[in-house]
Amino acid sequence: MSETLSNSYLDSLLHGQSSLPESPRGWLNALRSDALERANALSVPTTRDEEWRYTDLSPLYQKNFRRALPASPPAPAALASFTLPEAGCRLVFVDGHFTPELSSASSDPALGVAPFSAALAEQDPILQAHLARYVAPGQDAFVAVNTAWLQDGVLVRVLAGQAARAPVHVLCVSTQPDGASYPRLLLVAEAGAQCTVVEDFVALHAGETLTNCVTEIALSENARVRHVRVQRESLAAFHIGTCGVQIGRGAHYLSSAVALGARISRFNLNITQAGEGAESTLDGLALIGGKQLADTHSLLDHLQPHGRSRQLFKCVVDDAAHAVFNGKIFVHPGAQRTDSSQQSRSLLLSPRARVDTKPQLEIFADDVKCAHGAAVGQLEADQVFYLKSRGLDEAAARNLLTFAFAAEIVRRIPLPSLAGQLERIVLQQTQKQTSNRNRP
Amino acid sequence: MTTKTILEVRDLTARINGVPILKGMNLTINAGEVHAIMGPNGSGKSTFAKVLAGHPAYEVTGGQVLFKGADLFAMAAEERARAGVFLGFQYPIEVPGVTNSAFLRLAYNTVQGARGKDELDPLEFDDFVQDKLKLLEMDPAFLERSVNEGFSGGEKKRNEILQMAILEPALAILDEVDSGLDIDALRIVATGVTRLRTPDNAVLLVTHYQRLLNYIVPDFVHVMDEGRVLRTGGKDLALELESRGYDWVAKESAGVAA
Repeated sequence: MSETLSNSYLDSLLHGQSSLPESPRGWLNALRSDALERANALSVPTTRDEEWRYTDLSPLYQKNFRRALPASPPAPAALASFTLPEAGCRLVFVDGHFTPELSSASSDPALGVAPFSAALAEQDPILQAHLARYVAPGQDAFVAVNTAWLQDGVLVRVLAGQAARAPVHVLCVSTQPDGASYPRLLLVAEAGAQCTVVEDFVALHAGETLTNCVTEIALSENARVRHVRVQRESLAAFHIGTCGVQIGRGAHYLSSAVALGARISRFNLNITQAGEGAESTLDGLALIGGKQLADTHSLLDHLQPHGRSRQLFKCVVDDAAHAVFNGKIFVHPGAQRTDSSQQSRSLLLSPRARVDTKPQLEIFADDVKCAHGAAVGQLEADQVFYLKSRGLDEAAARNLLTFAFAAEIVRRIPLPSLAGQLERIVLQQTQKQTSNRNRP
Repeated sequence: MTTKTILEVRDLTARINGVPILKGMNLTINAGEVHAIMGPNGSGKSTFAKVLAGHPAYEVTGGQVLFKGADLFAMAAEERARAGVFLGFQYPIEVPGVTNSAFLRLAYNTVQGARGKDELDPLEFDDFVQDKLKLLEMDPAFLERSVNEGFSGGEKKRNEILQMAILEPALAILDEVDSGLDIDALRIVATGVTRLRTPDNAVLLVTHYQRLLNYIVPDFVHVMDEGRVLRTGGKDLALELESRGYDWVAKESAGVAA
């Protein structure tokens, strides 16, 4: 894409940005205008960029999505199927706009949950101290555009030494096709704090949209955050998500990221293990078919000694779908005694399905343990035979194994209701007739 | 009282990747009997077990096998399992993501349904399986783990016999069920197999070592080499093999053939 086209595309994404109401806080206005400047200086990525080699966004660039305006919120009943009974509070974004009337306040003394507007009005120093610190506004064109549109996200603060009683559910729902939405979440876990947060991206329509979301998570020392991210948008949607995480001393970040929806999706997960003994446990699953493309890029920076990371990424790819996984792990010179492992496993269910998976380890410390492995394949014949020798027919055996392959990730999600919802989706997508696929 | 024949193998030949392995197997197993097949590495013992269960890597090139009078090779692997053929694997396969309880119940209900019997719901199945667990001195926590995943060698073998206990086969073919077992695990597995014997079923043990046969006493011992049975005897033959090795059997049968 030429620079002119790129710029005109970004212009269209930024259409109306200049008429955003000024914030009463100068620092926020400065952040926005800085991001706008960066957006104007950046080009949108193409397959000529190494980081986007396998993910061709040109179908997105043919759409001139403008920012979705606040619509009348959907009836609560329309969201009933996305309810998570375990959640202690629910924060709903409708087409990218935080919507208090569909959200529920938290009564948990461990949590401070506030829309940015309220935090700004109260001059909460937390917001200024953390916002845009873990995902740099100039990181790429999409982050710059999201930041330029920064207006009303949600701030979740978990107070020092306290454990949230129940998970926080952030529901991003798309109600109107043909628009772009820019959700923004900031989670600050103070020293020793513990919580679970679920980000769930859903759609009430089957049309085309762009979701361009940014999530930032900061864990102070010894904090523990479980982060569940489910992307189940419309099959015609475009989804570009970036999550930046900073992990302090002795803190542990656990992530389960599941991609089911969208025609083209990209998830950037950038983790900085900034304190000694920081730990991350990263689960990922892409379950796609048709002509879907799901791309996950993770970047794990080990900066300090005694860090630990465990990563398991799985893809189940059917039809002519295409999954991409790129897992970078940097072990910086000071990060001695780092213990890191990364596994990527992919299951191709059709001859036209495709996976590009790439581990990328760069190790600059000499006393470390780093393991990685990537396996792409079909179901193992020995497993199929084992199940058949116990009476299951070919289709039942293959369906069970495919389900199990994906369910391994889903079952580790600590909310039974969400794990159950996702297990049913996985079941539906893996229990097809196998007469025309998988055959050697 | 008439003897029921469970398995009748006549002149069976089979190959893998074009290489002949079985070169004329003959064997008859009646209800109530325990047979042991012994033989050196590469004699075709495990191939024989896998061919009977329908492993897709092996190609049957000749001969006939009747299972309770029916042509075994006319049945797919799953149909054999439903009809009552069970293979206990030498290396049980791990199935991550499927809990043992779900797998056992699915297998049980599939086989029961095919036999025209009632299926069990999860609660009923749980009661049913608890008794079987006791038989093998297995911790109920096994049920909630993924099938064979992270199991020790002994746990995997016990899990195989648990499946045998649940599926109640007419013919249990146990392929090196003793390999990788310490003496306690061997006793538990062997006791389990012995308790599952009835006048109506039969057991075919494939093993390297006489040790197993102290616990599961065979009615017949067959020595295999070069893809066929060279000699058949009683349980004493196993003791003789233990002290003299296999070579003399091959030499004697070569002498007979000459």
